[in-house]
Amino acid sequence: MDENRLDGNAAAGILAEIFTFEITTARAACVRCGAAGEIGAQIAYVSEIGTVVRCAACDNALIRVAHQDDGPQRYWVDLKGVEYLQLE
Amino acid sequence: MGGGFISRGFRGKRRHAQGDLRIPPGQYLVEGFPVLSAGPTPRTPLGEWDFTIEGEVDEPRRWSWEEFCALPSEEITRDIHCVTKWSKLGTTWEGVSVDLLLEGVDTAVEYMVAFCDGGYTSNLPLEEVTGGKAWIALTYEGEPLSPEHGGPARLLVPHLYLWKSAKWVRGLRLTAEDEPGFWESLGYHNHGDPWREQRYWGD
Amino acid sequence: MTDTPRKLAWRIGEVVEISPDTPRTKSLFLEVPGWEGHRAGQHIDVRLTAEDGYQAQRSYSIASAPEDGRVELLIERLDDGEVSPYLTDELRVGDRMELRGPIGGWFAWEAREGGPLLLVAGGSGIAPLMAMIRHRQATGNDTPVRLLFSSRSYEDVIFREELERLAAEDESLEITHTLTRSAPPGWKGYDRRIDEGMLGEVAFSPEEMHLAFVCGPTPLVEAVATTLVGLGHEPVRVKTERFGPTGG
Repeated sequence: MDENRLDGNAAAGILAEIFTFEITTARAACVRCGAAGEIGAQIAYVSEIGTVVRCAACDNALIRVAHQDDGPQRYWVDLKGVEYLQLE
Repeated sequence: MGGGFISRGFRGKRRHAQGDLRIPPGQYLVEGFPVLSAGPTPRTPLGEWDFTIEGEVDEPRRWSWEEFCALPSEEITRDIHCVTKWSKLGTTWEGVSVDLLLEGVDTAVEYMVAFCDGGYTSNLPLEEVTGGKAWIALTYEGEPLSPEHGGPARLLVPHLYLWKSAKWVRGLRLTAEDEPGFWESLGYHNHGDPWREQRYWGD
Repeated sequence: MTDTPRKLAWRIGEVVEISPDTPRTKSLFLEVPGWEGHRAGQHIDVRLTAEDGYQAQRSYSIASAPEDGRVELLIERLDDGEVSPYLTDELRVGDRMELRGPIGGWFAWEAREGGPLLLVAGGSGIAPLMAMIRHRQATGNDTPVRLLFSSRSYEDVIFREELERLAAEDESLEITHTLTRSAPPGWKGYDRRIDEGMLGEVAFSPEEMHLAFVCGPTPLVEAVATTLVGLGHEPVRVKTERFGPTGG
């Protein structure tokens, strides 16, 4: 079983360090399969090396985040898997 | 690391590495073998599994699971170091040397990308996976490699941070240019030497 | 609940009360200066730092209602855990803890949203659902709620007395227990893992149900969510919070 496999909601912590809006209720469309849904409803793989939010329909990586918090605080965010984010 | 707040009485499970010369800077020992993943654990049936050497080579190579398992393998014992700071000393593996897989492969290029079920990749110069530095590992501690740790086969490059040791590896693609892999394209150091603490870009 | 948009930052809370519950669980109550409140179902992240700088981080659902003002965390002690034994064995009233939150607006419910709601909990997965139940009670709301709660044994039912009291006072809150390892003599309730038959008997029909919230160990959550969809519920109405393989 996938120990790191959680709901998209579990990515909310690291994403809230980066985005100032409520990301779990933002609607994202997958570039690969077109499925659209709230980030909270997707699948998040959360571990110390980074967080990857994957499309619940096709496993495509929607959002990838890495974070350095020793020394310089840096974040790297890849949103290439997202066709669009819809915020209300 | 934080604003200096200390949680009274918290010790955590790791063991101190004071003065142990086998432990790179910033690392600590763990007892278990943590599983970190970026995606679902692949479950490719062995009948469908193959391993290939492809890309900038004169003749690509391919082995089925049976053929791969028939290759000579080595037992090795190495220390491993994860960029998330845990280390394990003296881990035992059995695997096929990458030197063996590349033997006689005709190529003019200097880089490769390890590619995997599930889409994970890591990039390495050929120099870092040859000369007895890398294996395709099939067993860990005497047992077939479990899926959560990359089974049936993973790349093992113990002298670099463990994210380079791509789990669920299906082949090596030789490339003319260095092509940053999954984590290398997202802030993690392109080379990843634990002894120089090359964790992130610019380190 | 609008606020100036800002990035989530670590802050310090103080342990003001520790309350044992079942043999394996305790509630920790935190006062967090400047706490702006939360929505029932949200969680916080807790970060522990040892003297040499080593850190461990975990997420905990807030079990208290937004109306409470304190942040209550339900901690289940996992024998081979790194963080839970510290929180249940070492932490004292007066200790401070680094946390950030509230986090995760997707797995949350406000009484004015209405229902009916199906809540399914496995063990410590009751925590965010308890926040919803308490919030409903604190606001005098009568949204129909059915809680299906899986526990190992009667002694392991977290918040058991409070749940009994709330259900006794309120007809529109129905609680169904299932005990999976041992049941007391004379037990007439379910005594097995949650399955399709049980959900079929307990859940609202797909036509009636507004939302389901399912929380607990990952295998339970995935099985329940799949089963509810199989029973005809729209996937978008089934919200899940997987706790991971062991829960908590």
